[in-house]
Formats: sequence, structure tokens, C-alpha cells
Amino acid sequence: MTDHAAASPPGTLAAAWLVARKDLAIEFRTRTAFLSALVFALLGVTIFYFAWDATAVAAADLAPGVLWVIFTFAGLLGLQRSFGSELADRAVDGLLGAPIAREAIYLGKALANLVFVAGILAVTIPAVVLFYNLPLGAGIGALAGIAALAAVGLVAVGTLFSAMAVNTRMAELLLPMLSLPFFVPVVMAAAQSSARLMAGRPVAEAWPWLRILVAFDIVFVTACTLAFPFTLDE
Amino acid sequence: MTSGQPSVSPPIPSQRDPLLWVALLGIAAVYVRALAFTPIEARQGAAQKIMYIHATSAFIALYVAFVLMAIASALYLWLKDEKLDRVAESSAEVGLCFTTVVLATGPIWGKTIWGAWWTWDARLTATLFLWFIIVAYLLLRGAVEERGRRARYSAVLGILASFLVPFIHLSVYLFRTLHPMPILLKPSAPSLPNEMLVTFLFSFAAFTLLFLALLRTRYRMATLRDWVADREQERA
Repeated sequence: MTDHAAASPPGTLAAAWLVARKDLAIEFRTRTAFLSALVFALLGVTIFYFAWDATAVAAADLAPGVLWVIFTFAGLLGLQRSFGSELADRAVDGLLGAPIAREAIYLGKALANLVFVAGILAVTIPAVVLFYNLPLGAGIGALAGIAALAAVGLVAVGTLFSAMAVNTRMAELLLPMLSLPFFVPVVMAAAQSSARLMAGRPVAEAWPWLRILVAFDIVFVTACTLAFPFTLDE
Repeated sequence: MTSGQPSVSPPIPSQRDPLLWVALLGIAAVYVRALAFTPIEARQGAAQKIMYIHATSAFIALYVAFVLMAIASALYLWLKDEKLDRVAESSAEVGLCFTTVVLATGPIWGKTIWGAWWTWDARLTATLFLWFIIVAYLLLRGAVEERGRRARYSAVLGILASFLVPFIHLSVYLFRTLHPMPILLKPSAPSLPNEMLVTFLFSFAAFTLLFLALLRTRYRMATLRDWVADREQERA
């Protein structure tokens, strides 16, 4: 990081990477948010199992819904922290004062959140496969792809709303209220496409849903990057 | 506004809006015509009469109020004119009323015609989430103190929401086509007999007038509120 201090300001992507590294370094040293979100996700997976009658509904039919609902709520825990951590001692002023593009702050924050969410998924998906006894062989690669696409969409919207919600009077409540309607197409597409894969159906059957995921990602990554500067105080 | 001498009288005279009374009279007239002077539909019976309030409210909520909110939001971010923010705010709030009417009258109609209060049809789901988003929009406005920030935040949400609704519609549509359900399709609107069409158009005009009147009343309220806030700030 020191080589940038004296030299000319970094480009947008380089700056975004610096912001992401800063957030990840904080998270790695404290680990509180990640571990809480992870334990929350695992608890959710087990609780959901007992919310249904396991003799009436096959575990494989439950698993996709459980996975994506839990993932959404665990992701919200991480997103809350994204800009919440900038509140203490007005740390956000340091970011705003830095000679970097506003978009770089958004992209960096989103990247750090993506790593956070991917870390949760990396544990939650195997946990669901394990606890729900899913026969997942070749589909695991495709499932990882779906997870990646879903995570991008979720993080793109969630990061923007986190920046807004943190400056309001009821941040903890407002973030889910703003974000969840936007997660509907993501959760629906992710759950529908992974349900087909978990049932051993060919990838082609999940294709229409994957297209929605990709379109959502493109539209909202672009829109949120462009909209983000408006959420910052001049 | 702050030209040294604080202005004493509010920017708008506080009086009843005649347009509102005209609109309410129009609505009353529509009811009389719909109930007493329009024939009862053969297949659906009296339940069909709910169309005159349901379909018109739906059109205004989705295609007028929501679109106006999104456009005013986008224009606000561009021009930074407070009036546009007030238009977006008023449009959202009045739109919420119309969307609530749609969601309240829909199940009543649906139960008698489809035999179910609710189905996860693309249009129903999109309307429901539109309602959620407008509620979130208004809650967001209520949770931000500073006026400029409130306007920017809600404008961002207003624009993003206009991108979201097509996605919800599309995904629910896909959801439905892959899982066909028995009684789901709305009766494909046969061309209305003349008497019904006239009532429908009449209802449409009355509801549009009501929307405009409510929008103007709500907009004036927002202007007054901001004016009061300005005066308080001047005194402080």
C-alpha cells in the first residue's frame, strides 16, 4: 500500500482493490461478522430441517429453498456491516477524502462483500448437501456457478442499500426492507435452477433461469455503480 | 426564498381543491352508473362490477403513479430540483393508496371467479412487490432527516425499483410457465359490450381525475411542509 502514498492516485480498479483489501483486512482481523453470519447460516440450515415433516417432504425438495433463503439472510448480516463499519469515528470521511473515484469505493466495498458472501456459501452449500443427503456429483460445478451469479446480484444491490441504510434512523430494519424485494428474482432464479440440478436434471433445464440471473447481474451492477455517487454527501 | 426578509405568508393559500370535489363526485356517479345502469355480466354475475374500481386503479397505480415516480426520481438526480422530489414523493404516496385498492379488491373478485383469494400469477406478484417497494420507499423517506439526502436516496430507490419490476414479472412468468396451475389464467377479456365499456371509460376518467387531485393536494402539502421547515431553520 505504501507505494501509492507518494505516487499519483490509483486508477478506479486499483483503488477498488485497495478499498476491498482494507475491508477484508478488518474482517480477517476481527472475524466477528463472518463467524456470526456463518453460525447463523448453519443454525438456519438445521432449524429449517425440523420446520418440515421429513417423512412428507423429501429432503432434496427442501434443500434449494433452504439454501437460498438462509443465504439471503446471512448475506444481509454481512451487508449491514459493510458501511456500518465506516460510521465509527467518521471513518467514511477518510474514504471520501481519498483521491479516488466514488465508483471505486462502491466497487471495492462490493468486492469485499462478495468475498464475504462467497465464504459463507462455501461452507453453507456443503452443509446443505451433507445434512440433506443430496446425491450431488457432476452438478457441483454448475451449482457453484449459480452461487457465484446469485452472489454478484445480491451484493450489487445490497452494497448500495447498505450505504444508504446506514445513514438513516433505522438502519438494521431498513436494509432488509429495501433489499429483500430486489432479492426476489435472484432467489427465485437461484432456487429454481439449483433445484433442477439437485434433482439430477440436465443443466439445459436450468438455462432460462440462469439467463435471468445473468441479466439481473448486468443490469444491477451497472445501475448500482452509476447510482452510488448519489448516495454520498457532497 | 431566503431574500433577507423572511416571507410571512405560505406559498400556497390553504383552501380546498375544487378538483378533488369534482373527482369525488365523478367517482360517486360511476358507482351509481355501475351498480344501477350497467347490465350484469352473464358468466361472472355481480362480481364483475368490481372491475370498474379494480382495473382502473391498477392501471393508474402501475402505469401512471409508479412511472411518474420513476421519471421524477431520474429527473431529480439530473436537475436537482426539489419540486421533482415532491412530485415523486406525492406520486408514491397516492400510488400506494391505489395499489392498496388493487390488492384489496383483487382477492374479492378472484375468490368468486377463480375460486381462490390469491394466485402467484405474474401480474399479481409484480403488483404485490410493487406495493412492498413503495412502502419501503416511503419508510426510507421517513427515516432520513436531511432533506437533500432524503431526496437523493429516494430517487435512487425510485429508479432501481423501475428496473426491478420487469425482472419480477419475468421471473414469475417463467415460474408459472414451467409449473402450470389449473385455474390461473384470467378470463381473456372479451370485447366489452357497449354499456359496460362506457361505464369503464367513465370510471377510468373519474379515477384519473381523482389521482390528479390527490397528487396535487399531496404535492401542496409537501410544499407547505418544506416551507415550514425553511422558516424554522431561519429562526434557529
